[in-house]
Amino acid sequence: MAELTEKKLSTMSLRRRPRWGETIIQGLLFFSGFFSIFITFGIVYELGKEALLFFQMPGVDLLSTITTTEWKPHVNKFGIWPLLTSTLLTSTIAMTIAIPLGMSVAIYLSEYASPRVRSTLKPILEVLAGIPTIVYGYFALTFMTPLLRQIFGSDVVQIYNTASAGLVMGILILPLITSMTEDSLSAVPRSLREAAYGMGATKLEVAVQIVVPAALSGIAAAIIVGISRAIGETMIVAVAAGAGPNFTLNPFIGAETITGHIVRISGGDLSYDSIDYNSIFALGLFLFLTTLVLNIISQAIVRRFREVYE
Amino acid sequence: MKEKAVVQGFANNLDWRNRKGVFWHVIFQASTIVGIITLITLIFNVIDSAFGYVAYEARVDPDTLTMNGIPLEEQSKEQLVELLQSTLSSGAYNKLNNEKSFEDRSREEVFQVIVERIIRPKVVRVWDLWPSLTQADEIRATVAQDFPKAELDFVSWLTRDFVTRPQTSEPLTAGVRTAILGSLWTIFFTILLAFPIGVGAAIYLEEYASDNWLNRVIQTNINNLAGVPSIVYGILGLAIFVRTLEPLTSGKLFGLVDLTTANGRTVLSAGLTLGLLVLPIIIINAQEAIRAVPRSLRNASYGVGATKWQTVWSHILPNAMPGILTGTILAISRAIGETAPLVVVGASTAISFDPSSPFSKFTTLPIQIYQWTARPQAEFQSLAAAAILVLLILLLSLNASAVLLRNRFSRRF
Repeated sequence: MAELTEKKLSTMSLRRRPRWGETIIQGLLFFSGFFSIFITFGIVYELGKEALLFFQMPGVDLLSTITTTEWKPHVNKFGIWPLLTSTLLTSTIAMTIAIPLGMSVAIYLSEYASPRVRSTLKPILEVLAGIPTIVYGYFALTFMTPLLRQIFGSDVVQIYNTASAGLVMGILILPLITSMTEDSLSAVPRSLREAAYGMGATKLEVAVQIVVPAALSGIAAAIIVGISRAIGETMIVAVAAGAGPNFTLNPFIGAETITGHIVRISGGDLSYDSIDYNSIFALGLFLFLTTLVLNIISQAIVRRFREVYE
Repeated sequence: MKEKAVVQGFANNLDWRNRKGVFWHVIFQASTIVGIITLITLIFNVIDSAFGYVAYEARVDPDTLTMNGIPLEEQSKEQLVELLQSTLSSGAYNKLNNEKSFEDRSREEVFQVIVERIIRPKVVRVWDLWPSLTQADEIRATVAQDFPKAELDFVSWLTRDFVTRPQTSEPLTAGVRTAILGSLWTIFFTILLAFPIGVGAAIYLEEYASDNWLNRVIQTNINNLAGVPSIVYGILGLAIFVRTLEPLTSGKLFGLVDLTTANGRTVLSAGLTLGLLVLPIIIINAQEAIRAVPRSLRNASYGVGATKWQTVWSHILPNAMPGILTGTILAISRAIGETAPLVVVGASTAISFDPSSPFSKFTTLPIQIYQWTARPQAEFQSLAAAAILVLLILLLSLNASAVLLRNRFSRRF
């Protein structure tokens, strides 16, 4: 008996045996991980291909696209400026609302609110963040627009206007900026605050002169992510900002943004290889690259300027 | 002497600093209150439109439907069926009969059909909830003066019938069943694509991937994909699922062409598009859940001779599962609320039949809300409000289940 065990032990190899099942599983897992690369590749390839076709269409060229100010597909005029200005207009209005409000709320939650208040307010913010954007679009059209028309007069404010869309977009982005800012404020260690209190600083001075600068990289990242979200936001502008490109900086009249234009054009049955079909890919590529650059900048800021505390 | 001046200066200054502190405290608090008020306004605005008085006129006067001197309300079921048979075209009658045979329908149900198909009430004016409650008398007076033939009813646009009725073009009888079923079909394929690949990718990145450039690229790429606007995914879905993979997504490859000829603009395409959209979210959430499983558990498993996959399957996944599921539910509720990518992929503008296969045309709840919101008539705004309530209740219960799951199964180590 003892002999047998000894024999078994001596023949037992301790070398790693190939396990085919494990290898297959590992392969599948690697494929899953790699799948996201396919998505990015798919976006760049498909959007790039059709965008190239767009610029090869007769009457379309890159130079006139970025220099002219009329976007009228039916007469072959593709100047991107009307779409771009309204996108910038709605995003700017949104950020003017969301940045000061979002930062104030974040400072309040992180520095002033008692734990009980915080634990009731944070879920409310999460609820706001979880509401689908189409609901905000409905809110813009049925509440914000009538409100603006009441304040400024219905001869000044059109039914569809960028101001209403921008304001509601600000409300949409508010929870995003708040929660990202609040996270980075809370990450600032207590010792910094206590040192400042020890020097005789008031609560406000601690918050604004100590905690906010220490969390600045996180706050900057939050703002950039917010801008990228505003540029890509679709349903609010599709519902409330108006149909039809309009080269204007007046926030009270209707003007179509890039995303709004894509939604309207593709709403009907779009035939392949038409100039409309190709144009939405060119616009999509532009959106993709813009938001990608913004997101990369935001990540770089966090990595580069993050203050690391023990 | 000098010291005293400094102390004096400090004391003078202190008062001002404290006042400044109070001022900004009020500002910060006010901002928070503004945020809460906004949320309340948003919800109130939806509820306000979803209930209220409605004035409607009959397109066909019920008095003309009297049979042998018996008014419509007092006719027997057989007489009502006869009336339907004589008024409707035989095709429409047979279709109704196929849905549910008239023999099986109760008298009330048949009467309902007559109201919907023959009398066809037409909305002439809608009031919101607030004026309906505060100015009921004035509303009655207005209706009596402007629409003498109209009837005035207090209507809840959100009813059980609203959830179970199919989409129609008549506001008073329109429902969201088609849209809800469309949403469920779509989400099914979203989960089918995104859950296994998402969890697989998270396991790979957390447990298998070594720190080399390829895996860093994958990780960065996932973070970037999470920030891509949803409409870009819609365009991608249009190019890949609707156009390139049309034989697959329209069912031609399986010889299962749906009679509605959706040309690839199907439930399947929509679900897969949303799957790509939520994949990065699921991966990031699952990674966090897996990372929260303590090192000691892995080491104990390896210590008794388990292989890597055995460790993952029997120890890491069971412990990370509540977190993974919570993250997945949150991703799913994001997908349920998405509108823009589905518009681009090609949601149908008006379908009155339920999706019956992966290759059916589709509409979803948010798409339905979008289409109703985009119509200028107030009655469609009310329908949109009711549909928004349905959507919000659905999302709220999903989120509540995520929270419950987190609290019920989460373990602390």
